[in-house]
Amino acid sequence: MELFIIFLSAAIVNNFVLSLFLGICPFLGVSNKTSSAVSMGMAVTFVMVLTSIVSWILFFVILVPYKIEFLQIPSFILVIASLVQFVEMVIKKVSQPLYRALGIFLPLITTNCAILGLALLLSMREYSLIQSVIFGLGAGVGFTMALFIMAGIREELELTDVPKPFRGVPITLITAGLLALAFMGFAGMI
Amino acid sequence: MKEKKSLGYEYLKGLWEVNPVFKQVLGMCPALAVTVSVMNGLAMALATTFVLVFSSLLISFIRKLIPNQVRIAAFIVIIATFVTIADLVMKAKFPELSKALGPFVPLIVVNCIILGRAEAFASKNSPFRSLIDALGNGTGFLIALVVMGGIREIIGSRTLLGYQVLPNGFEPWLIMILPAGAFLTLGLLMGLANFYVDRKNRIEKQELVQKYRKTPDSVEIKGQEA
Repeated sequence: MELFIIFLSAAIVNNFVLSLFLGICPFLGVSNKTSSAVSMGMAVTFVMVLTSIVSWILFFVILVPYKIEFLQIPSFILVIASLVQFVEMVIKKVSQPLYRALGIFLPLITTNCAILGLALLLSMREYSLIQSVIFGLGAGVGFTMALFIMAGIREELELTDVPKPFRGVPITLITAGLLALAFMGFAGMI
Repeated sequence: MKEKKSLGYEYLKGLWEVNPVFKQVLGMCPALAVTVSVMNGLAMALATTFVLVFSSLLISFIRKLIPNQVRIAAFIVIIATFVTIADLVMKAKFPELSKALGPFVPLIVVNCIILGRAEAFASKNSPFRSLIDALGNGTGFLIALVVMGGIREIIGSRTLLGYQVLPNGFEPWLIMILPAGAFLTLGLLMGLANFYVDRKNRIEKQELVQKYRKTPDSVEIKGQEA
């Protein structure tokens, strides 16, 4: 039950994009088409689950026992960068179709603050390993969902007559604001 | 290579012309997340500027020593070092502020402004020019965050820097200090900025047309504007 609450909280109530503002860059950049939004979301979810495992081990098995928590930021970012690189290489070797679908998104993920934010949050909240994995999965699902909804709205938005100064990023931000407003409805759930 | 621009230009361009938030759409996460009040925005912008200035300076000093293939990794390590310094100093000196900013101080490390300036400017220019460029971009970021924080704080909680500025009769708009308000404020501000730039460009173009048309038949210009 507790795990389910963590999942729901990360995916919907405290959605990474719409209420914690993590991963805004890909949210604005890759939400043009629903197909690329889903690919990006899947790539992010995959890396998030891996990151939650690796950074949990790094923090609670290496950094805390040796009392070198101050190295948290550089070590997390290096581990995430090499992890993404590694995942990219593995996918390229194992599955070409998957690589073609996710390939171009993987390098972008390194500087996605949602990934580092996830690692920092789980060390801050002192989750256990299983809780961390569920948290990562929930965050990934929430990210994918936000990206998918946004892409769906933007596809419709292409056909509407938006005032010229608001075309592009401004109207996207305003749409995101309304979407965040809608997600606030979940706030009392947990 | 392009010609050398004046140092004043390198500083001023960051304020408006290539303002990181309004024009380049970089560093959006902190711009949206921490601007609940002016104080938070200010603190975030100062921390970011600190990291930006020192990492640009250091990267520019050692730019000839870094092999091209590993430059991104090297940049990230340098940036992460300065972020750690900023994070620890803030935790020690301003614990409440550090708590209010939450994970966003450590997240400066993945702020695209810093890596962007390192890659686009500091790795190609002299330390002094990089310093000026970093200061300009940092100030631009500061302006954007303070403006956003100001708007959200005044409307959302009636105060500015903690002092009440609007009368009690004004019902605060709760939405402004919630996540949705951040998106709406930034969207509207960006729209306004675009509107202003569009209008300025149009007026400039009109003036140019008028200058080159010395003939008295200025009636046609009106028709061209539409």
